[in-house]
Amino acid sequence: MPTPLYWQSRASRYNLVGEICESCGAKLFPPRDICPECEVPAKTPFTFSGRGEVYSYATAYHSPTSFKKYVPYVVALVKLEEGPLITAQLTDVDPEEVKIGLPVEMVTRKIQETGDAGIIIYGYKFRPVLLAQSSPR
Amino acid sequence: MRDVSIIGVGQTEVGEHWDISLRHLGLGAVRAAMADAGVTHVDALYVGNMLSGEIAGQEHLGALIADFSGLRGIEAMKVEAACASGAAAFRVAYLSVSSGVADIVIALGIEKMTDEWGSDVTAALALAADGEYEAFLGVSFVGINALLMRRYMHEYNVRHIDFAPFSITAHENAMNNPYARFHMPVTRDRFERARMIVDPVNLLDSSPVADGAAAVVLASTDVAKTLSAAPVRIVASAVGTDALAVHDRRDPLVLDGAVISTCRAYEQAGIGPEDIDLFELHDAFGIIAALSLEAAGFAEKGRGVRLAMDGKIGITGEIPISTMGGLKARGHPIGATGIYQIVEVVQQLRGLAGKNQIPNARLGMAQNIGGSGATVITHILEAPE
Repeated sequence: MPTPLYWQSRASRYNLVGEICESCGAKLFPPRDICPECEVPAKTPFTFSGRGEVYSYATAYHSPTSFKKYVPYVVALVKLEEGPLITAQLTDVDPEEVKIGLPVEMVTRKIQETGDAGIIIYGYKFRPVLLAQSSPR
Repeated sequence: MRDVSIIGVGQTEVGEHWDISLRHLGLGAVRAAMADAGVTHVDALYVGNMLSGEIAGQEHLGALIADFSGLRGIEAMKVEAACASGAAAFRVAYLSVSSGVADIVIALGIEKMTDEWGSDVTAALALAADGEYEAFLGVSFVGINALLMRRYMHEYNVRHIDFAPFSITAHENAMNNPYARFHMPVTRDRFERARMIVDPVNLLDSSPVADGAAAVVLASTDVAKTLSAAPVRIVASAVGTDALAVHDRRDPLVLDGAVISTCRAYEQAGIGPEDIDLFELHDAFGIIAALSLEAAGFAEKGRGVRLAMDGKIGITGEIPISTMGGLKARGHPIGATGIYQIVEVVQQLRGLAGKNQIPNARLGMAQNIGGSGATVITHILEAPE
């Protein structure tokens, strides 16, 4: 990915900033500036909570060149609690333990490296929600 | 709008053509189609291709292949719509003739994929998806289809092995197609034990990478009647689109683009799914075959896989699909696939499909899908009188 392209989308990649449609209230991610339902401009920023659940998942044993060193890894469609689906990798999880419906939360992780002299690209992944710690005894 | 017919078809074997270049592969199909049509001149050439820039370092295929095919000077250009590039080129050729701009036109579909390493081809194929919000995150094209398949299995209580009939039927049909990539039967056992690519999609759920080129000559039906004893009429040509990214779709398990495209096609032809004698669908993966059958009205939502399990998709079934092997076993040379589908429907409607002939086939449908459902191009062809 060319560096400017990465830079342009940094707000959504680091903080899950999308948009909200003032007309119908739909929350949009990734940002698209026009509500696909109402077909009117929807440019008001909206920051997602990062919480959701696994809608579908798949384990990659074969990958595009720049992800080869990470296989096997788990990719998923996550249903965000505000409504939209988002495509992302899962992390900090054993592939065997992933289930549809698993509660997950967004974390910022390394996505890929762009060669020895290139930048290291960070972005969102999702991990299982850590169980609330029981109160100290 | 003028009535348009097909007067000639040509195809090369789908396989690993390491010994010849892109342009030579293309000119072979072009010359074969022109010979079949009995024409020495055409008004225009439209080339369907997706990956020549990525893999061969060559764009600008329209003029290049026109020149090397002995057609220097004619109107020519490349048309791209990811995996639907072939049908897109056919659609442009159809529009060119039906509008009255041209009388005789060639649509060529061509792709050369095996000159490059596997993981680089995987990266190139991901260009069909949403680059910034799917591919960039490490989700390959197979990965997107795996996500759809897992959700389908979950929602409709379908097992992985239930998808086997798509693969088994396609391989069975390819046995009698000399142009097919594979001539090997698939059993349930082999299907079940195939290597996982992106779980739950395994090797035998997926169509293979391949090289191939196929071409079709179109003419206005009035002109066609003077040139051919048995022109095949195009009774519908329709395109529907949807979001590139699966996460942006209304319902990931409904191919809205295919619903739109097929409804338009049925309306143009004045028919319904019950009138279709064979359906060359886009079985890049078993899951896409299932979703296509549902979108085109052959099965209710969530019942596409059952149709295959009940034995209704074979040559003698209710709705024969992939009659010459489909993407799964004839092979899926991306930008060429849409034209191979048209060539195969023409073979069926001309009664030249050999052992795989659908008896009395009168109406055949070809549907080519770009990406995981973002561009869907449907054509319905009618047998010569």
